[in-house]
Amino acid sequence: MLECRDIVLHREGWEFAADLDLRPGGRIAVIGPSGAGKTTLLSLIAGFLTPDRGRIAWEGRDLTAIPPGKRPLSVLFQDQNLFPHLDVASNVGLGLRPDLRLSRDQRDRVARAIADVGLEGFDKRLPASLSGGQQSRVALARVLLRARPILLLDEPFAALGPALKSEMLDLLDRIGSETGALMLMVTHDPQDALDFAHDTIVVQDGRCHAPQPTRDLLRDPPPALRDYLGRAFG
Amino acid sequence: MAARLFRLGAGPAIAAGLALLILGTLAAVAWQAEGLSGLSSWDWRAVRFTIWQAALSATISALLAVPVARALARRRFWGRGLLVTLLGAPFILPVIVAIMGLVAVFGRQGAINDALRALSLPEISVYGWQGVILAHVFFNLPLSVRLVLQGWQAIPSERFRLADSLGFAPRDISRHLERPMLQAVLPGAWLAVFLVCLTSFTVALALGGGPRATTVELAIYQAFRFDFDLSKAALLGLVQIAICVAALLATRWIAVPASFGAGRDDRVTWRGPAGWRQGTDALAIALAAAFLLWPIGAVTLRGLPSIPDLPPEVWTAAIRSVVMAVISALLTLAVALVMALHLARRPSGWVEGAGMLPLVASPLVLGTGLFILLRDVAGAQALALPVTVGVNAMMALPFALRALIPAARTMQQDYGRLAASLDMTGIARLRLLVLPRLARPVGFAGGLAAALAMGDLGVIALFSTDQPTLPLKLYQLMTSYRMADASAAAVLLMAISFALFWIFDRGGRLA
Repeated sequence: MLECRDIVLHREGWEFAADLDLRPGGRIAVIGPSGAGKTTLLSLIAGFLTPDRGRIAWEGRDLTAIPPGKRPLSVLFQDQNLFPHLDVASNVGLGLRPDLRLSRDQRDRVARAIADVGLEGFDKRLPASLSGGQQSRVALARVLLRARPILLLDEPFAALGPALKSEMLDLLDRIGSETGALMLMVTHDPQDALDFAHDTIVVQDGRCHAPQPTRDLLRDPPPALRDYLGRAFG
Repeated sequence: MAARLFRLGAGPAIAAGLALLILGTLAAVAWQAEGLSGLSSWDWRAVRFTIWQAALSATISALLAVPVARALARRRFWGRGLLVTLLGAPFILPVIVAIMGLVAVFGRQGAINDALRALSLPEISVYGWQGVILAHVFFNLPLSVRLVLQGWQAIPSERFRLADSLGFAPRDISRHLERPMLQAVLPGAWLAVFLVCLTSFTVALALGGGPRATTVELAIYQAFRFDFDLSKAALLGLVQIAICVAALLATRWIAVPASFGAGRDDRVTWRGPAGWRQGTDALAIALAAAFLLWPIGAVTLRGLPSIPDLPPEVWTAAIRSVVMAVISALLTLAVALVMALHLARRPSGWVEGAGMLPLVASPLVLGTGLFILLRDVAGAQALALPVTVGVNAMMALPFALRALIPAARTMQQDYGRLAASLDMTGIARLRLLVLPRLARPVGFAGGLAAALAMGDLGVIALFSTDQPTLPLKLYQLMTSYRMADASAAAVLLMAISFALFWIFDRGGRLA
């Protein structure tokens, strides 16, 4: 269980609060207007922000004081998911060892992960020579290799076109099934939420509402969410 | 352990150590100094001269920079890019080499006096206050031109298009576009030169001296070296610090632009006016180029043929200097990198302030202070080289920080969270993220530091040493009138300084 217990964070006249229990292996969308605190929620769980009050725990273990890299999670950002000066194999290999001193066996696993996301033979390419979709695949290969029980996604596919995006969501779906990770995905597209997530957290004015089944939520949105969506879905 | 130190607070620790070292040195100077009554009228004259020559040098540089920068801004010609790049070269040109060049052109045997003699006109002298001003303008005119040129290029070209469409005459352009820009840019450019000239030592040592052309820095040297009057040297050191602090306080109101940087020059500017202004622009550029290139060309022509005949002790001095410069540059880089990385993660006023402290403490003041602190531990002979390396490393620090801090901030913004989420820390972060991302500014800063250390003739002159650096050896050759050897050594010193800068900078670009 991922617990966000009585979390409070103050930022220049703005307050963020969350109190959530998220089950392992769940798929949860995070939606809400921009500036409402979606990224803040992910940053708190990832450890980039430290709450002023409250605690974050995974399977009973308190994570609040643990640095981001030591937490049992992987993150995909909106952009800058790859180091531009490292080739594909190195960018993926960082998921196994942050100092890249990989054994032969580990290098084989890196190659398999790259092949697994459909990029066989791209090992030595630099990110700049890849398309946006291919770059996303490299980042996903790293997630696959890290195999952490929590995966945080901060609109990583927002810059991709609809076809590529659904391709990435399919790949993500497969990775989720393989690793059994709890996935938390920020999105501003209710269709993504419907396609991807059983449950959805609505974030509004710095408040996180408890996850509700996405289908019900979108079919009959509460007034505040209806203002944001413009219409009902489903 | 090292990785842990790196993560937890190497930045503040190093900054505190640096502040302690500099402020401790200054405290030693203050403790050694007697009351202000210890200053003679001669010393006060040095104070007045220091301020007066800095103000005059800054004013002349600023006034001459305006026509040159305007000509460069509104004309396009073959070699223009090269000329703009060359304007950055004096920053790493060893002062003593430029002095050799100026003596070659403006000295008694120089071309100018030859011409004057041929015309039966009175000769001019390159020694004395006019020589000090001449050398300062030589060094700082290019800097001023670059700063003013940046001002011109910062005017959006749309404004000039608008002016064109409104049928502005050059006079109207000047009133509506150029004068407001100059009012904004010139005070900063003036102050930048003024600050540099306040701590001028080598120029005053070689061309000045005597009652009418002694700077405070030179007076410190004389008190230390010839009178061996440490309390007098320390007192003058305090005066020098007071002057620098007062001048730096002025930067709170007037922003001083960075005094180096690649000559960004890719803007399309407006068509310059036709007619007689084309002639004056060409003249401004030609005169400025001649003023800058002629002395260097003259000393090169004079020195190049004699390089094979250089005595072996010059080569020994050259090797000694290269080793010292490289150590000094690596020291600067290590300290600057740790501080910049810390500042990129969390802005801290006092850490940044500690990095700028060397601007307050002149090299001679630091050298005097370190000697006072260490004289019971080791003799002047043993201290000369290590103290020189240390002081040079400190003096280059502000420039290295200015190059590294913005780059480190960008890196932290772009990749800090990704690296943190992948648990890249310590050495792995340094190797896989920091050095690859910051290679260019690291190479550039290292090049600056190495070239500055290579050409410096400051602290080393304080100590009577039988292990001279190349600049000191060159100065000794000069004062014993071995001009052929001195010219050859000057060419060698210039070549090594530029080569060191090039190797570091190039290394950073290729990495």
